Amino acid sequence: MAIEIEQPSVGLSKVAVSDTHGEDSPYFAGWKAYDENPYDELNNPSGVIQMGLAENQVSFDLLEAFLETHSEASSWGKGAPGFRENALFQDYHGLLSFRKAMASFMEQIRGGRAKFDPERVVLTAGATAANELLTFILADPGDALLVPTPYYPGFDRDLRWRTGVKIVPIHCDSSNNFQITPQALEAAYSEAEAMNIKVRGVLITNPSNPLGVTIQRSVLEEIFDFVTRKNIHLVSDEIYSGSVFSSSEFISIAEILEARQYKNSERVHIVYSLSKDLGLPGFRVGTIYSYNDKVVTTARRMSSFTLISSQTQYLLASMLSNKEFTENYIKTNRERLRKRYNMIIEGLRSAGIECLKGNAGLFCWMNLSPLLEKPTREGELTLWNSMLHEVKLNISPGSSCHCSEPGWFRVCFANMSEQTLEVALKRIHTFMEKRERVRNLISSQ
Amino acid sequence: MRHLSTKATCNSHGQDSSYFLGWEEYEKNPYDEVQNPKGIIQMGLAENQLSFDLLESWLEKNPEPAGFKRDGKSIFRELALFQDYHGLPAFKKALVEFMAEIRGNRVSFDPNHMVLTAGATSANETLMFCLAGPGDAFLLPTPYYPGFDRDLKWRTEAEIVPIHCTSSNDFQITETALEAAYHEAQHRNLRVKGVLVTNPSNPLGTTLSRSELNLLINFITTKGIHLISDEIYSGTVFSSPGFVSVMEVLKDRNCDKTEVWDRVHIVYSLSKDLGLPGFRVGAIYSNDVMVVAAATKMSSFGLVSSQTQYLLSALLSDKKFTKNYISENQKRLKKRQNMLVMGLKRAGISCLKSNAGLFCWVNMRHLLRSDTFEAEMELWKKIVYDVRLNISPGSSCHCTEPGWFRVCFANMTEETLDLAIQRLKNFVVEHTANGHSKSNNSSKNSKRKLLPKWVLRLRDRDHKPDER
Repeated sequence: MAIEIEQPSVGLSKVAVSDTHGEDSPYFAGWKAYDENPYDELNNPSGVIQMGLAENQVSFDLLEAFLETHSEASSWGKGAPGFRENALFQDYHGLLSFRKAMASFMEQIRGGRAKFDPERVVLTAGATAANELLTFILADPGDALLVPTPYYPGFDRDLRWRTGVKIVPIHCDSSNNFQITPQALEAAYSEAEAMNIKVRGVLITNPSNPLGVTIQRSVLEEIFDFVTRKNIHLVSDEIYSGSVFSSSEFISIAEILEARQYKNSERVHIVYSLSKDLGLPGFRVGTIYSYNDKVVTTARRMSSFTLISSQTQYLLASMLSNKEFTENYIKTNRERLRKRYNMIIEGLRSAGIECLKGNAGLFCWMNLSPLLEKPTREGELTLWNSMLHEVKLNISPGSSCHCSEPGWFRVCFANMSEQTLEVALKRIHTFMEKRERVRNLISSQ
Repeated sequence: MRHLSTKATCNSHGQDSSYFLGWEEYEKNPYDEVQNPKGIIQMGLAENQLSFDLLESWLEKNPEPAGFKRDGKSIFRELALFQDYHGLPAFKKALVEFMAEIRGNRVSFDPNHMVLTAGATSANETLMFCLAGPGDAFLLPTPYYPGFDRDLKWRTEAEIVPIHCTSSNDFQITETALEAAYHEAQHRNLRVKGVLVTNPSNPLGTTLSRSELNLLINFITTKGIHLISDEIYSGTVFSSPGFVSVMEVLKDRNCDKTEVWDRVHIVYSLSKDLGLPGFRVGAIYSNDVMVVAAATKMSSFGLVSSQTQYLLSALLSDKKFTKNYISENQKRLKKRQNMLVMGLKRAGISCLKSNAGLFCWVNMRHLLRSDTFEAEMELWKKIVYDVRLNISPGSSCHCTEPGWFRVCFANMTEETLDLAIQRLKNFVVEHTANGHSKSNNSSKNSKRKLLPKWVLRLRDRDHKPDER
């Protein structure tokens, strides 16, 4: 029996149908090409090598060794006596032992140069959730956050999609190695003002993704002075802090604040995660560390929408409160990443390719601008396509990171074995040699 | 200052309600059989603690999944890296099969239409983000779970308009009430996007009847709107008339190729049926591929830990375990509910006849000084401070009739439940003897006069998260 529909069928929300989720960008297109033809040493040696995924796979053996010798961390002890309590635990304050372990781990990464209070640690299901949550708390729909370019493509979704907040870029370029300048900060702020958009804060990633570089102390001081002058917030996404190749080179905003006796610190919020430093993106472990009491309280309440599984909190509390393990892990992980970095830099250099001088992260920022047919975004995408379909390497084009200069690419090196990295470097070598030959051929005609 | 957003400074997080105040009192003076036998007994927490032994024995017999092993090999690496928002295929398969089993396999679910989220709290909010925004409203039958005010409205900026249900017909949803709510929304200049029902109901503990489900389907078809059926208590149905999911009714009506099929969505979770609220396992099930697509991307903001997905995929794939668990869990819940109902009866207190849930909807109207919410609050405070039981007042669930309370029975031992019933019985006897109506000027009252001001002080508090 047909029922008359009085009104037109109701659709989805504006948020649901918008494309601010950003999944139509090349960042994701490359992923698709990889999924369809993934490299495998044995089964598919001519497949696409994934170099667009900032994963840390170099230190799993250390984690596995810990699990072998501390099985109680994952099995709640014999006869599972702690299981019940753990399964029931859904307090949005998070497991105290885990918060303590996180705070102490963050201190260790910073060589003890900053202190972290477990009471200010708010837990979220990954840094993706942490960044969105902070945006909901610090800005209203229509407001803006200033973000230095180039930046992680995911921010377009994480900071803007459901929040309705805008990103206004702070333009950085290669003339000074992409460092953030006071002029660039002011220019971005004025740009927002000219569009009648209220700026609520600055969000930096330190160490930077995709640059793979830590922010210098003087620059951090300038940024902090800037946000203080403008009376806005500062979010410092420090998820790569444990991947700095040399411990002394990372300066956290926390250190700047401590040096200033925490004056004006209520505007500062740090985001951290175990996805990069510990290589555990699947476990969804993120945190917001805020120096602002109201932000801590509100973030905690909002974290109800994105709590970390108590099973996972329990496991990681055990792991990260083991000082012997964490000290060894931090040190070893750093060394292995540095070794990988040197390997890729050398390999690229011998192929005639230069990179931005990096000191952190799971990737390097490669300069292919000399290879562009046209110094434009289209030229960059054409080259990217060649890399993907001819060389069979999925790397991330700078334009997807909103880089204002065409020709730069982010290339990951920690998400594969050394052998695979060798293969990738060999392919690049071959590609460059071919181009040289073609160029010589043309110029000799 | 560097101000915070409107969302951060408003009260839509809902934590100033009495629901949370009772919690705070409990935290200050929690009952413990040995350490604090005079403390407050927590009866405001809808947790299922009755069947942990079944889970524990399964874990003992199957140590591999918790240890990141599969067939003797470690799959730690694979799991640690797995962050695909499509979810672990083995887990989704096991979960949809579990959901089907709970429904007597009268309906089946496609794992490709399921989206995993960090708990039903996240699932409900995510669905709202997909279906509604500022200026939109969802209609909800009262009484409803207090947490919805936060989950559905806070960050989405959508509105809730109540569908008023009363005890005159055991709080069932009527066509009149639906239409009235719809018009109320229009009167408030809100665009109605859908109806959200909880089936089985929290706080009523009853399943929706087939006629109510048919009514709802007719209503959303006529209005061209969505229906969300929150079925997180589906595994707690312990007696007749049994659980009928909206999916079943749609199937019986051959709606699966029609437009309305795409507008019905289910929310599920393992927090109640399996007693695992800490593990944050929720799910959205939708027949509409666009909703599935949008919700999947949004789930990035609240994914389920791969460690947990793997453990539970093993647990739920064990059909021998699930079959036994479902039936044994229901038996135990039935026994407990019966214990509470009988105990209350002996105290002269009746409950709404219920067949599901982890709580009873208790009728204490006869104990009110007057048929008002002030009187309900007064009675509630007496029960919290004097009787020392934390129960949930109906007003916190937006009930339109004063005098109803939600009392949980599955989050404590039998002995504790016995004690709670005893305390309540003593209170009723005393209360009746003292003449509960109007003139009660005994010396006990002077202490009570201080209470209203204290409790009415609404401040920022840090509470444990609400638990349904």
